[in-house]
Amino acid sequence: MVPLAYYLIVSAFLFSIGAIGVLIRRNAIVIFMCVELMLNAVNLTFIALSRDLGKIDGQIFVFFIMTVAAAEAAVGLALMIAFYKNRETIDVEDINLMKW
Amino acid sequence: METFFFTIVALVAIVSGILVVKCRNPINSALSLILTFFCLATFYVMLNAPFMAAVQVIVYAGAIMVLIVFVIMLLNLRTDASMRYTHAVTVGSIIGLLTLIEILYFFSRSGLTGMRGNLSPEKVLSAGHTELIGTSMFTEFLLPFEITSLLLLVAIIGAVVLAKRKI
Repeated sequence: MVPLAYYLIVSAFLFSIGAIGVLIRRNAIVIFMCVELMLNAVNLTFIALSRDLGKIDGQIFVFFIMTVAAAEAAVGLALMIAFYKNRETIDVEDINLMKW
Repeated sequence: METFFFTIVALVAIVSGILVVKCRNPINSALSLILTFFCLATFYVMLNAPFMAAVQVIVYAGAIMVLIVFVIMLLNLRTDASMRYTHAVTVGSIIGLLTLIEILYFFSRSGLTGMRGNLSPEKVLSAGHTELIGTSMFTEFLLPFEITSLLLLVAIIGAVVLAKRKI
């Protein structure tokens, strides 16, 4: 059986990669995918800890995270399409209507 | 043997995660992300959660990624010519690395607390993982489950309202 620490380390690496991606990329869809990567890193932590503690609660949480991710995908991509229709770009540097 | 297999899958997951960030073309990023999701599904099988692995493949690699690839192709995004300005890349990378060091430090210094349950691989095999999840979800977590349905309704309405040109 693979120790819990290995899963947590992999999860930490995936989360950090996702965080770096959110900070350095300009394309809104790629940023969105990096957020999905971070959510999945957290899911891995939940399931690894669920195995280690012998409780199923963590896996139920993963289920809810997946639901939220699906809702986020629907609304976020609709927002991007709506923005692209107006401005012909989804570069986050150009999304500055509410910036002051 | 299992550790060896774990190492391979972990390496593939991390390398494809890096590719998600590094690829210039959004389609390549999306395909790398699908590979990462499959690696995570493999981890879930190794962690005695076969139902979660199936949901991971169906919902994430199936539904969400198809939606993302669909939008990338619909918008006809060209290759991303530039990242942010160089100093933003440096600062972002430093912040990400600090996050990694911080998480690893917490892991090395903290112990595991919390109530232990009675879930074991034998129980998962005998009762079935789907049944265990279902029992827990419809008894102990019934209220969050209902709230989730409300969230999905809001998401559907929001997506339709945003996508329509004129209401």
